[in-house]
Amino acid sequence: MDRVLRSVPDGYDWAIEARGLVKIFGDNRAVDGVNLNVRAGTIYGVLGPNGAGKTTTIKMLATLLRPDGGSARIFGHDVVKEAQIVRQLIGVTGQYASVDETLSAMENLVIFSRLLGLGRKEARRKASELLEEFGLTEAAKRPLKHFSGGMRRRLDLAASLIAQPPLIFLDEPTTGLDPRTRAQMWDTIRRLVKTGSTVLLTTQYLDEADQLADRIAVIDRGRVIAEGTADELKASVGTSSLQLRVQNQGDIETARQMVERMLKVRAIVSPEAGKITAPIADADRVADLLITLREAGIRLAEMSVQKPTLDEVFLTITGHGVEDDAKKASHAPDGVEAM
Amino acid sequence: MNRPLSTSGSQLQLKNRMSLGQSVRQSLTMAYRGLLKIKRTPEQLFDVTFQPIIFTLMFTYIFGGAISGSVKGYLPIIIPGILVQTVITTSIVTGVQLREDMDKGVFDRFRSLPIARIAPLAGALLADTVRYTIATVLTLAMGYILGYRPDGGFDHVVIAAILVIVCSWAMSWIFAFFGVIARTASSVQGISMLILFPLTFVSNSFVPVKTMPDWLQWFVHVNPISHLVTAVRQLANHGTIGSDFAISLIGAAIIVAIFAPLTVRAYMRRT
Repeated sequence: MDRVLRSVPDGYDWAIEARGLVKIFGDNRAVDGVNLNVRAGTIYGVLGPNGAGKTTTIKMLATLLRPDGGSARIFGHDVVKEAQIVRQLIGVTGQYASVDETLSAMENLVIFSRLLGLGRKEARRKASELLEEFGLTEAAKRPLKHFSGGMRRRLDLAASLIAQPPLIFLDEPTTGLDPRTRAQMWDTIRRLVKTGSTVLLTTQYLDEADQLADRIAVIDRGRVIAEGTADELKASVGTSSLQLRVQNQGDIETARQMVERMLKVRAIVSPEAGKITAPIADADRVADLLITLREAGIRLAEMSVQKPTLDEVFLTITGHGVEDDAKKASHAPDGVEAM
Repeated sequence: MNRPLSTSGSQLQLKNRMSLGQSVRQSLTMAYRGLLKIKRTPEQLFDVTFQPIIFTLMFTYIFGGAISGSVKGYLPIIIPGILVQTVITTSIVTGVQLREDMDKGVFDRFRSLPIARIAPLAGALLADTVRYTIATVLTLAMGYILGYRPDGGFDHVVIAAILVIVCSWAMSWIFAFFGVIARTASSVQGISMLILFPLTFVSNSFVPVKTMPDWLQWFVHVNPISHLVTAVRQLANHGTIGSDFAISLIGAAIIVAIFAPLTVRAYMRRT
């Protein structure tokens, strides 16, 4: 990766400085005064449900939409007045693949390279390099119609890296990908930053923001409602919770007392399911709890750790839940966390 | 673009404007993309393949006897007329396809690239000259099969063909403009047909002008399509280059001068 990516322009601390960005569609204030500061060389996560204004914000920062209010600068260059300069500093990977469906992967990358000023030979070399890098060499000649979602995303990301831009926008890079492909994408994103690039990514998954981002902004109804490191954000929301199911319903009360004593928290029992739920303040104590349960002869049917979901983040910060469609989507990564 | 950026030198390397050379090169790359797309989806050449064949056959046999007394006598009138009408109609598709193309995700990437704003448009229009060439060659070939032997000779027919292609390319900027401002591809088709139908029919393309009422004759004479048809007839049938040739080219230049900037501006505003 090192040879592929260009380093951050040194001496400039802020990759993105956005002040009061506004975008209005009809009478819908899609983005309603967004402030963002992204330090160069970091991964910044913008977290929010569908329709929160994430994509619109990215489009304004990437010069694809003109802001109706506020201003934004990319490495100190205004996105409206110096749009053409900004375009030389960024790479954009959209939610839907922004590549040519009728052409092959190779042709796509060659055309983008040529547009960026590479010569014929250079363009082909660059394209093969990137295809190799993203594991697409075998599929290079096939038309994109036959590409899987993951391959398309990888090609899309590859296309954003041709010019080795110091700032890369990734709009929901893993939405709709299976867990294995998602993990590959995460690795790729981490490698990008190791070589000095700055990444701004949007996601619906708290887990993804947590895994990747140095700082996170939670966005809802066009406004940033919380901002901080992943730890700060999670602390404000609450911790993971432990869920236990006992084999013998008769043991449930004893088990609850043990959980409360060992974890020093309040546990909630849902008798119909025979389930005990308790927040994990100190993960270390869980091991002790399990040993104590074993010694007391209480047999467990199931044990899982539930991370706070985007639903809970939202509920805590905004006081209202996530809209329905986003709720469905946010279930996918939660399943991955179950032990 | 290959050198690493550094802030100290960034003001020198990063320019907010594209040079003319870069713009031309980027437009050619976009044209190459258009050609690749045609190669991948040859079915989009359906209209330029069959329209010349069917229209030439239809008009020749329907009007031939009534207007010139015989099909053979009508050919020198109708072939230049149908050539202009067919090829110019083909240029509507440019606008329709541009609209469809712009709705796809790949156009977001083009917009986010540091390339001349005109390149995606100019490229698409340039690639479409392939379509005009196919329509031109097929119409002339049909005419030849029906017995049309232009007195101007092969070289003048070639000049006439190039003139029609150039003028159609210029016209396609009008439809590209509609393509950029319209909301859907079908509305582009609708508006364009509405404009093109009177333009091509209220001209000297198919019938002698003498029988028309005065006010209509006046329109026929100012109609740029008439001048283009006359220029093609003079070239193909007599091998002469007259004032209509110059008027056609000037008209084409004026259309491009007006609609190319308009289209590019509308395209940029849409973003």
